[in-house]
Amino acid sequence: MTNLEKYSRAFAESFGISEGEAKTAKYQEVANWDSVGHMTLMAALEAAFDIMLDTEDIIDFGSFEKGKEILKKYDVEI
Amino acid sequence: MIDELMNVEPFSLLKTDKERILARALLDLTAFHYDNCREYRSMLDALGFDPRGATGGCRDLPFLPVRLFKELTLKSVSDAEIFKTMTSSGTTGQATSRIFLDRATAGQQQKALVRIVASFLGTARLPMIIIDCPSSVRDRRMFSARGAAILGFSIFGNDKIYALDDDMNLDVKALAAFLAKHSGKRILLFGFTFMVWQHFCAKLKNLSGMADLSGGVLIHGGGWKKLAGQSVSPGVFKSELKAVCGIDHVHNYYGMVEQTGCVYMECEKGHLHASVFSDVITRRADLSVCDYGEAGIIEVVSALPKSYCGHVLLTEDEGVILGEDDCPCGRKGKYFKVLGRLKDAEIRGCSDAYAASF
Repeated sequence: MTNLEKYSRAFAESFGISEGEAKTAKYQEVANWDSVGHMTLMAALEAAFDIMLDTEDIIDFGSFEKGKEILKKYDVEI
Repeated sequence: MIDELMNVEPFSLLKTDKERILARALLDLTAFHYDNCREYRSMLDALGFDPRGATGGCRDLPFLPVRLFKELTLKSVSDAEIFKTMTSSGTTGQATSRIFLDRATAGQQQKALVRIVASFLGTARLPMIIIDCPSSVRDRRMFSARGAAILGFSIFGNDKIYALDDDMNLDVKALAAFLAKHSGKRILLFGFTFMVWQHFCAKLKNLSGMADLSGGVLIHGGGWKKLAGQSVSPGVFKSELKAVCGIDHVHNYYGMVEQTGCVYMECEKGHLHASVFSDVITRRADLSVCDYGEAGIIEVVSALPKSYCGHVLLTEDEGVILGEDDCPCGRKGKYFKVLGRLKDAEIRGCSDAYAASF
């Protein structure tokens, strides 16, 4: 599985949306991407890429696109 | 304005700088709520307070009794912008406060909380034990103060477990598995004061030798009333936790759902601290401002509430401001102690509201 596939799947499984829908997902604009869903997504990404995100990055992680930039800091290229 | 506060260390500003920045932020907020909340405007008009012409510091701003959030629907944004309603943790039959959040306010509250707590914990996330039951965060749209606090603090944890099941029994199996994995590491524990005492500390005592949490940092809040009734002082609380599971670092915090995010954390010297986002003032029965060292009614001021007019609130707690900028822990800002609930005030801390059902 490519990193993009893993990344999209984490969104899809955390929020119960399709991988297509995941690509435009923004915090609080997808029904299940609220504060509870956010921590679910963070845990899913940490498990998928074997990383631990910093608290500041968790807060900044506001969209599918923004998340790609953040993961670069952890040497994860999407 | 808020951005300016987000970019400084949360306990770094000296009195004059802080007062200048906060007073400006608070005056702007007062004007915003005056323009956008009909009820707030009527109250200020009745007081003869015009935010346009106002000058002065935080202590000169009109305050609302915190109880008002139980009686009125106070919001400064349209219904369409509200995405979450938080409620205080009232017991059955007790009125609960309702706090209406828009996305921006909720986001700022989480950011402020992170900045404040990170100054005590650091930004590295720790394996975390939540001393509560999983059902406390189940309802996603209507958050109780308990659920909101648990979620807010969860950002500091990874590999989280709930120490209690939904019947409030200690989940011994989950705890044992967690400890097998993380024993010896720095661990974050979070819970409400009464629950930590009644459902964690007391139960661990019967399982002697099982839980070594000597690397643990416990953050707890939600009121002491029930424990004070059992003659459990903060000192007893700490020494018992140390004896039962070896926890050395215990930080109480003072906060309320009406000003979520702006928590006052207890430092290593046992003092509660106001961060750059907030101020604390004590008032006498005639509502004049107390001197430092003099007990009075606690007023809390926060730069965060934008979607509701909760920026200047008179609580139902009594406390004493111990000093400003000179706490031996090194943090700047006012530091204080909460003495307890005012006589005849309703029970309303998270922990106290829960404890009242026992």
